[in-house]
Amino acid sequence: MIIGETPLPEGALGVDALAVTMKFGDFLALDNVELKVRPGSFHALLGENGAGKSTLVKCIMGYYHATEGEILVGGRQQAIANPKDAHALGLGMVYQHFTLVPAMTVAENLVLARDDVPAVVNWAKETRELEAFLARMPFKVPLKARVSDISAGERQKCEILKQLYLKRRFLILDEPTSVLTPAEADEVLGMLRAMVVAGDLTILMITHKFREVMAFADDVTILRRGKLAGHGRVADLTPDDMARTMIGAEELTVQPARSGEVTAARLELDKLNALDDAGAVAVHDVSLSIRGGEIVGIAGVSGNGQRQLVEVLAGQREAESGEIRVIGEVYHASREEMRRHKMSLLPEEPLKNACVGGMSVADNLAFREFDRSPFASGGWWLNGAAFRDDAEKKIGLYKIKTRGPDTPIAALSGGNVQRAVLARELGGDVEVLIAANPCFGLDFAAVAQIHAEIMAARNRGAAVLLVSEDLDELLELSDRLVVMFHGQFVYEARAGQTDLTEIGRHMAGH
Amino acid sequence: MADGTIGLWTVPLAVFGGAIRVSTPFLFVSLGECITERSGRINLGLEGTLVMGAMSAYGISYLTGSPWLGVLAAGLAGSLLGALHAGICSLPRVNDIAVGIALMLFGTGLAFYLGKPLIEPTAPRLPAIDFGWWSDISQVRAALRINVLFLLGVVLAPILGWAFRTTRWGLLIRTAGESSDSARAMGYSVLGIRLRATMVGGFLAGIGGSFLSLFYPGSWNEGLSSGQGITAVALVIFARWDPMLCLWASLAFGGAAALGPALQSVGVTSGYHLFNAAPYILTLAIMIITCSPKRTLTGAPAELSITR
Repeated sequence: MIIGETPLPEGALGVDALAVTMKFGDFLALDNVELKVRPGSFHALLGENGAGKSTLVKCIMGYYHATEGEILVGGRQQAIANPKDAHALGLGMVYQHFTLVPAMTVAENLVLARDDVPAVVNWAKETRELEAFLARMPFKVPLKARVSDISAGERQKCEILKQLYLKRRFLILDEPTSVLTPAEADEVLGMLRAMVVAGDLTILMITHKFREVMAFADDVTILRRGKLAGHGRVADLTPDDMARTMIGAEELTVQPARSGEVTAARLELDKLNALDDAGAVAVHDVSLSIRGGEIVGIAGVSGNGQRQLVEVLAGQREAESGEIRVIGEVYHASREEMRRHKMSLLPEEPLKNACVGGMSVADNLAFREFDRSPFASGGWWLNGAAFRDDAEKKIGLYKIKTRGPDTPIAALSGGNVQRAVLARELGGDVEVLIAANPCFGLDFAAVAQIHAEIMAARNRGAAVLLVSEDLDELLELSDRLVVMFHGQFVYEARAGQTDLTEIGRHMAGH
Repeated sequence: MADGTIGLWTVPLAVFGGAIRVSTPFLFVSLGECITERSGRINLGLEGTLVMGAMSAYGISYLTGSPWLGVLAAGLAGSLLGALHAGICSLPRVNDIAVGIALMLFGTGLAFYLGKPLIEPTAPRLPAIDFGWWSDISQVRAALRINVLFLLGVVLAPILGWAFRTTRWGLLIRTAGESSDSARAMGYSVLGIRLRATMVGGFLAGIGGSFLSLFYPGSWNEGLSSGQGITAVALVIFARWDPMLCLWASLAFGGAAALGPALQSVGVTSGYHLFNAAPYILTLAIMIITCSPKRTLTGAPAELSITR
């Protein structure tokens, strides 16, 4: 800030981004975008993955320098060269991925975030000041606890408290509620909304949850493929209007209707126990039976043992005790058993858990069958032409956008990696399907396609276990719902006989 | 007792004295490596740094007549090697372990090359403090002659532990080592923090080297280190990246290493080589007991390439 300049106005700050264009090489990430956030308002920024939301806020925060256009803070043009400049102006951001250091305590994290960390920290004094600060805040966090020991909801509260502790007056939240239960999300957003109404804070929230936009936001700006697709007052809009503006004219795969008969039990878990990486019990005495022709959804806040459960089923982790039976036979997650029982797996983070990033799309598509005819002769001589033929067929059928079958799969976008895994796993007959957060971070078109495929597999008679953190997805697809909390199944209901509130309550352990 | 013989008490006394003597280089290298690893990088090159430190200390002590200038020179040589390691690792797609192995060979090779003329002359050595003045027994006096560097190391370990908890630099080093994303989001340069941490680590490792040439064994030759730098890097892992535990681990390791010679001094010669292997057996045993394929190492900085 220039000395002698009149200081920025007190209280909540307004930020305008005018005619912002951002190019990465030849790629146009933002094209003449305008975003006007009024001081003291709660503004939602909507858009699909890759629409340019993150790029836009990173331009505001000084991580990127816009190729063209300007940023106005408090009505005044500012050159924001780096995040420190943005912080000095009172702008702060809560990232989608936590920026707290897990091995440190909450207090250490808060003090560390300051621009003026003392050379020697007087912990007695800092703790007193932090307690005084917390007493003024709407939500509480345990100061002495290590961040790795507190729940995801508490971590998100810490992230927000950290920004308030740093006296930010314009706060950007990137998908802040993705790790919260609906009740926690309402609590946190409600308290932030109260601060906005009191005139202390302006909030710009990136989200894809229309429910939260409708409940908490004043204004909304919608981006599509790097361009401004629409903006307006939330009160004048419906979720349908917003969805249409986000997607544009793109056609979505139509999900088949529920059909078919429920058959015998295909996948049974009996008192299954598993540990996490730190050696603590992550899955505790879990028992479940899934029959052919039904989708059983497992709900729960991330980190309640779902990941470890899926890893056991995928053969990535050993169970401590208990038994898994597939079609009546004891199952040890060997490749032979998976093939015999026609098991398919859509793990979370498919690039990490279901692909070899450096190998080609064709190779990745053939993982399940590569040592059998027609891919291999005699079980060892691989036939490259068969790999390519099969890959080209699946690329067409599943609309995988890739330069060709020989492109390394890591070069594909998230949606297309998931499409490739879908093609491999659901291309043949499926008796048992295990899917974990299959749509995390994907755009509408990919989500619609994946949902349609999962439903189609169910209708063909597969037993489907669907683990997801997205409650809307679970309610849409599941026949039966189970809630997992602290490694145990705490609640079970038929999908038609429960609702968001009831499930949310059990997800929080009540 | 009056005639100065203490029978079998010789063994624990010799182990005690030996533990202090042998542990000093381990202590310095492991404290240095502790700082570097807490910042998120592994510097395997400390073996080379140790040898380079030994050579520089001996050379400077010989040329200036002051062993303390030698220690300083060893530290500076160590930080230069540390800066080299950190500098190369700052380049994209460079693996810190591979660079460490290269620098281990580079450091030892350079030290042998520059140290050729130093094998003959004798340099002034570091002093020791006589804590055994009250005793007539020669073994007690020998065991209680404690070198000054060891005492410095003993003071340094708790200071480091304190610094990791309560100083700005300690918090920054831990942040860089636990979550480079967080450090970057706060506007700190992770590469800058790691450069400094690796340089300080190299400084301490160099001092560890000066102990070898200026106190025990107290001369410069090419077989001086025989892998002590690498062993100290492993010590950090089973000390769980805690400076105080580094101190105890170094002492345990030093004591185990002194067991063979101590037993030999009272006439137990059978299995001499077996007893000399005690530190390595100890290392293996601790590793087997504390490691598990099913869980990650507790206390390991999350950004280390071995835990990521």
